[in-house]
This record gives sequence, C-alpha cells and structure tokens, in this order.
Amino acid sequence: MSATSTTKGRPALELRDVVKEYEGNRVLKGVSLTVEGGEIHALVGENGAGKSTLMNILFGMPVIHETGGYGGDVLLDGAPVRFTAPVQAMAAGIGMVHQEFMLLPGFNVAENIKLNREPTKRNPVSAIFGPGLETLDLPRIRKDARAALDRVGLDIDEWLPVAGLPVGHMQFIEIAREVDKEKLRLLIFDEPTAVLTETEAERLLDSMRAFAKQGVAVLFITHRLDEVRAVADRMTILRDGEVVGRPDPKTTSVIRMAELMVGRPAAARAVRRDASATAETALAIEGLNVRMPGEPVEDVSLTVRRGEILGIGGLAGHGKLGIANGVMGLYPATGRVLLDGEPYALNDARAALRRGLAFVSEDRRGVGLLAEESIELNVALSALEAQGRFLRPFPVPALRPLDGRAMRAHAQEMIRRLDVRTTGPTQLVRRLSGGNQQKVCLARAMTLAPRLMFVSEPTRGIDVGAKERVLEILTSLNQDEGMTLVVTSSELAELRAICDRIAIVYRGRVAAILAPDAPDAEFGLAMAGEVGAA
Amino acid sequence: MIDRVRAFVKEAGVPRLLIAAFVLFLFGMAFVTKMDLGGLVTDSIVRVARNGILVLALLPAIQGGLGLNFGLPIGIICGLIGCVVSLNFGLLGLTGIFAAWGIGVGLAIPAGIGYGWLLNRTRGQEMMVGTYLGFAVVSAMSIFWLLAPFKNPTLVWAIGGKGLRTTLSLTGIFDRVFDKWLQFTVAGVTIPTGVLLVFFGFCFLVWWFFRTKMGITIAAARSNPRFARAAGISDERTRIQASVLTTVLGAIGIVVYSQSYGFVQLYTAPLLMAFPAIACLLIGGASVSKATVTHVIIGTFLFQSILTAALPVTSQVIEGDISETARLIIQNGMILYALTRVGGSAKA
Repeated sequence: MSATSTTKGRPALELRDVVKEYEGNRVLKGVSLTVEGGEIHALVGENGAGKSTLMNILFGMPVIHETGGYGGDVLLDGAPVRFTAPVQAMAAGIGMVHQEFMLLPGFNVAENIKLNREPTKRNPVSAIFGPGLETLDLPRIRKDARAALDRVGLDIDEWLPVAGLPVGHMQFIEIAREVDKEKLRLLIFDEPTAVLTETEAERLLDSMRAFAKQGVAVLFITHRLDEVRAVADRMTILRDGEVVGRPDPKTTSVIRMAELMVGRPAAARAVRRDASATAETALAIEGLNVRMPGEPVEDVSLTVRRGEILGIGGLAGHGKLGIANGVMGLYPATGRVLLDGEPYALNDARAALRRGLAFVSEDRRGVGLLAEESIELNVALSALEAQGRFLRPFPVPALRPLDGRAMRAHAQEMIRRLDVRTTGPTQLVRRLSGGNQQKVCLARAMTLAPRLMFVSEPTRGIDVGAKERVLEILTSLNQDEGMTLVVTSSELAELRAICDRIAIVYRGRVAAILAPDAPDAEFGLAMAGEVGAA
Repeated sequence: MIDRVRAFVKEAGVPRLLIAAFVLFLFGMAFVTKMDLGGLVTDSIVRVARNGILVLALLPAIQGGLGLNFGLPIGIICGLIGCVVSLNFGLLGLTGIFAAWGIGVGLAIPAGIGYGWLLNRTRGQEMMVGTYLGFAVVSAMSIFWLLAPFKNPTLVWAIGGKGLRTTLSLTGIFDRVFDKWLQFTVAGVTIPTGVLLVFFGFCFLVWWFFRTKMGITIAAARSNPRFARAAGISDERTRIQASVLTTVLGAIGIVVYSQSYGFVQLYTAPLLMAFPAIACLLIGGASVSKATVTHVIIGTFLFQSILTAALPVTSQVIEGDISETARLIIQNGMILYALTRVGGSAKA
C-alpha cells in the first residue's frame, strides 16, 4: 500500500488553484492538492482554515453555488468536473462520510444503506405506471447491506433499526452506505473519529486502510494528528485558506504538524507589560464542567487575575469555547466559581450580567446579534435589560419607556470609537459586514461597563483590516481602562499577540498555561495533549 | 427621479401599492357608475375604526414571536362575555362599555396566560394551534351561551325563556356611543370622531408599549431567542406576556366593534373573525414575524375600503347578487396573496 504514484494513472482527484470568496472574504486562496487511487491523503487544519469549504466545493453543495461559485479546477481522473449538486458528485463516484450522521433513525440498517438505490423487481403495476412502483427486492437489499457491513467490519444485524444504536455503529453504517455504492473512486471522511471511542476509532482507521488497499482514493479530514501519523500516506496542511505545508506524515512529528497548523505568532505588535504576579484574583474557577455540545468542559480549574488578558486556546472540540459559555450561564454548568472572592451562581445568565460580567459570543449570528434590529438597539439592549439604562422614569418599572435620544447618542459614540463602517445608528445589523457586526457585539458588551469580559473567537470570519482593529480595541480596553479580559480563540497567533498568559485546553481540561513567548513546540505539545497539566 | 420612484416602490412594497391601486380603481368605478361616493367613504371610515382594534390586537402576538394570532376568537369571546354581563345588568352608555371592557379584560388575562402556556408547549405551530383552539373555544362557548343562567328577557329567547339569542341589539343601550361622540359631516362624508379617537388612542398605547422596557424585551426575545437567553431574558415569559396582550386587545376590540355595529353577535359569529383582521395586517405590509402600528392602520384602511367599495361595485357591474360570494373571494384571496408575501415590506 505504498503510495508512490506511478505515471500510468492520473490522480483520482486533483484540485488546481481553488479559490472561494464569501462576501468579499477570501476563505480559499488557491488550494491545490492531489489524491491518488489507493492512497490515504490527510487534510488537516484548524477551524476556519477552509477545509469544510473545500469539501462543499468537492461535493457540489448548493451553498457554494448560491454564493457565486468558485475559481480554479477540480479534476476527477484527469477530467475537469464542476458539480452544482451533491447527486452529481455521488454519480461521479465520490462518497462522503459526514461528521453529523445523515441517517434515518426510524429505518433499519439495511434500508439506510440502500436508501434511494434499492434494487427492485418489475411488477404489473410498475409496467404500467413506471419504475417508481417496482417492488423492492428485499433479499438482495439484505444481502448487499450485509456485504457492505462486512467490508467495514461491523458485526450487527442488518435489520436492526438505526435509532438507539451506539454512535460508533452509526458512523460505520454511514461508511457502509458509501462503500455499497458502485464505482466508488474517492471516499471523503470528514472528521469521522470525533464522536468515536478509541477502539472504535482504531477500527475505523483499519477500514480506511482496507479501502485504500482496494484502490479507492481516501481523503481524510481530521484534527487528530496522531491518527494522521498512523494512517496517512501524504498530508496537506491548510491555514487561513492556504496550503502551508505538505510534510511527510510518516516522518514528521506531531509537534511540527501542530505548529504548521496553528501558525507562528504575528510580528510582535505591542510590547506587553508584565502582568504583575501579585495581582489579585478576579475570577477563580474550580472544577468547572460544562455540557456544551461539541465543546464539553470537564473539570477545568483556572484563575483569572485582575487586569490581565488571559487567553484560552486549543484545538476545536476540546472545550475551550465551553468555558466562557458555561460561566456566562448559556450552557448547563457545574463547579465552584468565585468572582472577586464572592460566590458566584452558575446557570443564571441574568445574574452573570448583573455581577459585572459581559460576553462576546463566538456565535455572532446565533447568539450575539439581533440581526433584524438596528445597530443602536443592539448596542443598548444588554445594558437596558440588565441595568435599566437608556430608559426614562415611569411609575411602573417594567413599563419605563425607552430614552431614544440617549440610546442614539451612545450608539453614535460607539460607532465612532470602534470605527464601525455604517450608514448610521439605525442601520439594520444584518446589513453590516462580519467585521462591523463583531464591533457591534463588542460595543454591546462594552456598554455594560463590565469588570470582566469574555470574548470568544473575536476575529473569526472577519477580514484582515477589521481583525487588526478588533485586537486593538481589546488591547486598549485592557491597557487604558484596566478591564480584565478572557479571550478564547482558535488562532494561537492572535492570542500570543495580545495575551498575558495562555491556557491551552485539551479534551476538556487545561493542559498547560503558557507565556505568550513560550516556544512553538510547547504550544504544539499542549494542543496535542502531550504534557501533564502545568 | 427614477431612483426616487424605485425607492418609493421599495419602501411601500409592491403588494401594498397594487392593493392601493385596486382601492382607487374601485372608487373610480363607483364614481363612474354614479354611486353615492360620500356614503362609500363614510362606510369605509366607520369600518376602519370598527375593526381597527381587532387588527391591532394581532400586533403583540407577532412582536412576541407567536405569529399571526389565529386564536383571536379567544379574546373576542372574553369581550363578548363582558358585553353580555354588562347588558344583563342593564348598564347603559359609557358605563355599559366600561363594564364590558373591565369584565372582558379581567377574563382575557387568565385566558391569555393559558393560551400562552399552550403555545409555549407547541412551539413552531402557533398559527395552527391558535386556529383550532379558536374553533374549539367558539364551539364550547356556543354551549355556554345556551346554558348560561342569564335571565334578562331582552337577552334570552322569547320562546322558552332559556339560552341567549344569537344577536343582541344594543339600540338604546350602548349602540354607537363612541361613533356618535363629536360626529360631524363634511361634503357628504360623516366622520365618527369618537370611535376614531378610541382606535388611534389604542394604537398610540401599543406603539408606546413597544418602546418600554417590557415591550423591547418581548420584541428582542422574538427576534432572537438565543440572544435573549444570553441576556437573561426568559422567552417563555415574554411569549406569555405577548399572548396576554393580544387576548386583552381582542376583548377590548370586540366591545368597540359591537357598539359601532349596534349588535352583539354570539354563537358562531367569532369563529372567523380572526381572518379578516389577519388579512388587514398582512396587506398593511406586516410579515409573520414583524409588524408595526403603521402596518395596522394602512392595512385596515386598504382592506376595509376594498370590502365596502367592492361589493356595491361588483353587484353594479355584474347583474345578480353574488356579493357574499365576491366578499369571500376577495377576503380570502387577499389573505392568500398576503401570506405569499411573508417577507412583508422592506420597512415599516
């Protein structure tokens, strides 16, 4: 199963200089890669690196088409293709194992595997009304499903309903469905091991090897670098929509891979003053558990010092986002938290705001904004709700009317201060670009005049200029106003540019707390979970 | 110039412009066929004021994320009970109206809480649940009207003396009390000042409410429930507040409607009352998720003008009496058309 490509065959898949823009934001900047038949090619990169966009292009997802298509070429067996619907991709022999299961829970295993491709027999009715009414060939469905399950090494009955099976089994059923397709040439695994236990993951890697042996080209997307080392013949590392390296997975260390993935710190921007070691504790978190789907936190203990910028980093899915969400009461959390030495009640979003905390969510569109409302209302709303600001007096407190003038004046000041590019405070937030929406989120949190502010993924999905501006705002809040900040980000480089200390989270726990100028290797190790808690 | 026209069309919304053009066309036809134009305009204005609050009642439901309140009959029933009790005690004039309002609102608050509770348990299907709950309540109340122990001989059936009549006349009780207040006539058009003032008064109150803390909270929770939760707002609570408001306004609205119409209609009359109100609001440019007081006023005016003008005009143009059929076609056609424009106009 060596992947030395012979000259006789063209690569099963070739991407040439693929470019994609979303509303002026370039998410893929000329990505090229090839996958040979019979090889396993790993595609790794942080969240937002462009992996899923690349997959959407390959699979002809409508979202690509609707946002203006893409540039560059996709070639299958040397022939250029341009899919506009997933069916076309499937017909061309591309199979995809999704991160989220696309199975019908009420149907049994065999039905799920053969769905919409059922072998049928003709009958008198279908002779008149067409093939849609042909009889299902149940024995063959069972037989084919059995064969597919055997190929992936899943030893379960094919007539069991899918609902209630362990997630690991569901993942294998997904794979069996793809395997069952005839003329399968390219199989894409999109972070397939994310939900599996270790033994299940091991089995999955085995079946991946087996496919490659049968001559199928395998494209394996993952965060887990040890798995890359275990199965991949070649690898491509993406960062910010660009290929940053194609190291040999057999000989490159996990640390080196992690370094390439997260990037080096940007040229040191401002010289950070030292957070004084004697600074008092602003927030003490002990044994925090947060049930946030996809980002679970398990037993995190962390101290935030007054006046510092604490960074929280780590790979996606390891729980770094869960910490802020848990403390702010957005997801169920347990643990002991002290704010300024006083006990702090978890699971109460209103109390969090009242106690002087503020949160800029990583989910800007989902949690962060009222997209259909004006900038001024978005900026004022949290303070209006939690602190009763921007209201005029009225005998009944709940019916205090809005002080529109104060709200507008405040919005105008924020627009000026944060340099929001807008036609005015009454513009709908939906119409702003990502970067400006982020500034509105920041403005709302700042309006609360918090003692401590959580900021998650402050620069995700915004353009370079706005990125700079957002980071400047954060630094200035900290340095000029002494605000304590906890910044969670997937971009290690930006954490290293603005933070005093950086906690790296691995599998829901703090793996290490590092200084921003610690060597790349230490960050790489911590992200790969190869060190004990510091 | 073209840009300004385009901006105007975008601002006003194509559906609203089309319907406004249709209204003008109908009045043009009325003029050409030499009908009593002053009478038509008078009728239109009276109907706007008469139905206005029932349309306004839909607004808190939309603002609160409950969609179009097809369960409006629940509030209407509360108002009707208020009317009947007030009539039973023989209260006259404004006293009678205020008594009807008081009792109606008193009943509408618990009813609205219950309705909101139910809607919180059937999230995403508010309009469907509202429709059928409305139907069920109207039917249940039909039994109540028959069995209720009202004794006032002007209310119960003359024969047998048991059960309320289907239509109770308000003549001499509080018939057109608001309509007649400060009423005056200009150029053949009679302006029912009082009832217009009542309608605009409630419009102002609702507009004002949605600029208070509670109103803003309700609208924010509708706009983005996850945002609201992050801000410590319980959207279950705001939805119940919205459902109470819509039910209370429904109760107030039917009392105003009845006094202007001159009759209290019981039994199955409230069954379909939500539909014209919804048509008004949608034609005014509202969507299932966003509506303003301006939408209410414009929509009520357009819709009611069409109804008043279309019937005489169609029966004039087409020989024979198809007015009821025409009314249903026009009304439901407009609801359907408006529902296809769920996006609403670009701006209020």
